[in-house]
Amino acid sequence: MNELLRRLLFLPDQASTFARDIDQLHYFVIVTTFVMSTAVGLTTLFFFVRYRRRSETQTTPHIEPTWWMELGFIGTPLFFFMLWFFLGFREFVRQQTPPSDAIDVYVMAKKWMWKFAYPDGPNAINVLRVPAGRNVRLLMTSRDVIHSFYVPEFRIKQDVLPGRYTQTWFNAVQPGRYQILCAEYCGAGHSIMRGEVIALKPQEFEDWLSQQRRGLVARQDSSPTGLDFAPALGNLVDQGRRIAAEQGCLKCHTTDGTRHIGPTWLDLYHRREKLQDGSIIDADEAYLTESMMEPTAKIVAGFQPVMPSFQGKIAGPEVAALVEYIKSLQSDVVRTGPSEGPAYAPIRGR
Amino acid sequence: MRLSEADSARLAGALPQAPTYLQDGTTVLSWLNTRDHKRVGVMFLASVIFFFFIGGIFALALRMKLLQPGPYLIDAVSYNRLFTLHGVVMIFLFLIPSIPSAFGNFVLPLMIGARDVAFPRLNLASFYLYLAGAAITIWGMLQGGADTGWTFYTPYSSTTPTQVLPILLGVFVVGFSSILTGLNFIVTVHTLRAPGMTWMRIPLFVWGIYATSIIQILATPVLGITVLIVAVERFAGFGMFDPARGGDPVLFQHMFWFYSHPAVYIMILPAMGVISETVSAFSRKNTFGYKAIAMSSLGIAFVGFFTWGHHMFVAGQSTFNAGAFGILSMFVGVFTAIKVFNWVGTMYRGAIAFKTPFAYICGFLYFIVFGGMTGVALATTSLDIHWHDTYFVVAHFHFIMVGASVMGFLAALHYWFPKMFGKTYPEGWGLVAASLIILGFNATFIPQFLLGNYGMPRRYYQYPEHFQALHVASTAGGTLLGFGFLIILIYLTIALIWGQRSESNPWGSKGFEWLSASPPPTHNFDELPTITQMPHDYRTHEPPGVLHVA
Repeated sequence: MNELLRRLLFLPDQASTFARDIDQLHYFVIVTTFVMSTAVGLTTLFFFVRYRRRSETQTTPHIEPTWWMELGFIGTPLFFFMLWFFLGFREFVRQQTPPSDAIDVYVMAKKWMWKFAYPDGPNAINVLRVPAGRNVRLLMTSRDVIHSFYVPEFRIKQDVLPGRYTQTWFNAVQPGRYQILCAEYCGAGHSIMRGEVIALKPQEFEDWLSQQRRGLVARQDSSPTGLDFAPALGNLVDQGRRIAAEQGCLKCHTTDGTRHIGPTWLDLYHRREKLQDGSIIDADEAYLTESMMEPTAKIVAGFQPVMPSFQGKIAGPEVAALVEYIKSLQSDVVRTGPSEGPAYAPIRGR
Repeated sequence: MRLSEADSARLAGALPQAPTYLQDGTTVLSWLNTRDHKRVGVMFLASVIFFFFIGGIFALALRMKLLQPGPYLIDAVSYNRLFTLHGVVMIFLFLIPSIPSAFGNFVLPLMIGARDVAFPRLNLASFYLYLAGAAITIWGMLQGGADTGWTFYTPYSSTTPTQVLPILLGVFVVGFSSILTGLNFIVTVHTLRAPGMTWMRIPLFVWGIYATSIIQILATPVLGITVLIVAVERFAGFGMFDPARGGDPVLFQHMFWFYSHPAVYIMILPAMGVISETVSAFSRKNTFGYKAIAMSSLGIAFVGFFTWGHHMFVAGQSTFNAGAFGILSMFVGVFTAIKVFNWVGTMYRGAIAFKTPFAYICGFLYFIVFGGMTGVALATTSLDIHWHDTYFVVAHFHFIMVGASVMGFLAALHYWFPKMFGKTYPEGWGLVAASLIILGFNATFIPQFLLGNYGMPRRYYQYPEHFQALHVASTAGGTLLGFGFLIILIYLTIALIWGQRSESNPWGSKGFEWLSASPPPTHNFDELPTITQMPHDYRTHEPPGVLHVA
């Protein structure tokens, strides 16, 4: 019965401990709605056939409802609506109250990505790994505008606000992968701000966590203690690639030449870009940096001014790394045109 | 009220019959400079229908894009602008002024036996404010338009680089038109009722408009304040809602919904009033439970002010608040249910004629019951968590706002078309269009309920592929719906120009608006009627011609 109704109503799988309870109430509510609207519909139909107009001069008696009729009209819906409310609110309170034994994960949302940080140190982008069968509490905040954390299979949703923490919790009943969707409109990339919850078997989760912890410790060990140590972060291009992923640049800019929300980064360096006002600029380091800090200053023709400013969000060395990464993205097209000014060999490839 | 000299002369038979309001001056200037509530109503009617089609074109463009899960036809930012403009145009330029400003203006003074509204100049000013607001909004659209959604949620709306300011300003100005019209109606109902029209003899449409007007003058200023603060935040960096400047984004949602939830009742209460009138007229039966229907309008207007928090169950308000707003929202459902039962009761032992307006009444009853009960389901806190900001919500409010409100609007348009223009429309085409619309509407929005259950968030440009089948079904229904509206536009335009002359009271209705000739003369009545009975008393047969109730 549960499975039949769930499929009829197109509800997703019931992958959390409260999904099934919520769906039970859902069925009850939908069935009462159907019964009520059918009853009203059939009564109308019956009256319409029974009392159709028989002559143009027909008159009708004056009828007023009795007090008990009006009482029924008020009482019946009141009873059902209150029943819905109390059943629903009991469940709502349960959903709003995370159990004390839950493990915590910090969630940071921003245009247009999810970042997850575990108190033990590891963090992840767009992928939330949790142990199945354990209570997980999410402590969420946003870096820019309001987002909303939504996992349909878990029947949970919670807005993620800038400037404060909100929380929600769940318990994934079995291992599996479930899509995270952003449910509060947040701009051009709203519909692609998706992530994934991966519920692992508890042992696998422990393994993953300790693996991550080891990696973290190893990285800390190799971090420079003096100037003669080479940084373990890789060269600037590699750093730039990672920063571009972390900051969400690649949500709008492609690196393979296809058109997306923002101009592609492939062959961007020293490209002659036509702006909206018709002027042509050279995409040099200064322009690239300006576009990160004040994106609306010079909009390339054919694109919308939707990029958020990264002023104060990424530091100088990170900007440098991003610029270097963009420079590295060159296809092997032979360039024609005037000399590109001072000789500066862009780094090609890795 | 003292009769004018011309009226007295006409009564004495010294002058010929007064020309209808349509014949009294035919220059463009005589329309633009009119103080006649009927002409203002007709100008509002033409404007709201124009904006309805603009908003409808936006909707069809959105539906076309949604045929494909990936990027298709338009880019993400254009999509976001389109749904914003669809919402803004449909809500502020169509739904809110639709029935009150167009039909309310036309029939309210006729129904209470007045020669005009209390402040005719203010009435015209309201129309020009509406036009000014609409012009600013259109200018904003041509500048590129906003991409915030019609809800303007901060801090997105205070930081997005699109043209939010002109749209906010347009909404602000249109709000004043709404306030002035509401004020005008309240004063008119209090001061200009015909002799003998006690409060318990006022037609139910007037009760609906009266309740609406209360909401308009109490809630709209809050919207004005809110959009003004957002505007100041945008151009002066005022930190009220943006947390980066020390503001609180949830405060915006409280202020916004304090207006925008009652605004839903601004859109639906007048439609309920239309149904109360038409269900009696076409069942040829007195209104079952007149007092219950009248009082439930006031009840909805009152309780509607205390339910706004049900838009924010997952927005970060306290659990206690969620419970309080949840339980208060249930009462709106109860008041609506009282009306529905009484409308059905009105048909009992009536003499029902299945004309085009009656088809819309049936559609309305179905949409209000299903749309209303899914609304109560959404106010059930735990269920809302899954449904919030998904297509389930979209489907629910379209059931109420398009389903019910537009059915009310169309019922009114067909019922009062002979009253307003003295012409008849082709009944057959009317029924064809009505069935197309009701069918197309279901085909559009039932799949959206299922999409919401399935977990499809609203305002998504791209969507996971398993949602596609339902989206295609919805677009197919939308096309049907568009066709239906187009047919109405065509046959009503033809009827308006070449239609047959209609009788003065073609429905044999005993609603008080038929006390005047159709179309009415400029000053409505040669002699003010004296009301001695309730509206819609069908114990005696009404011969064709102008209604008499003395």
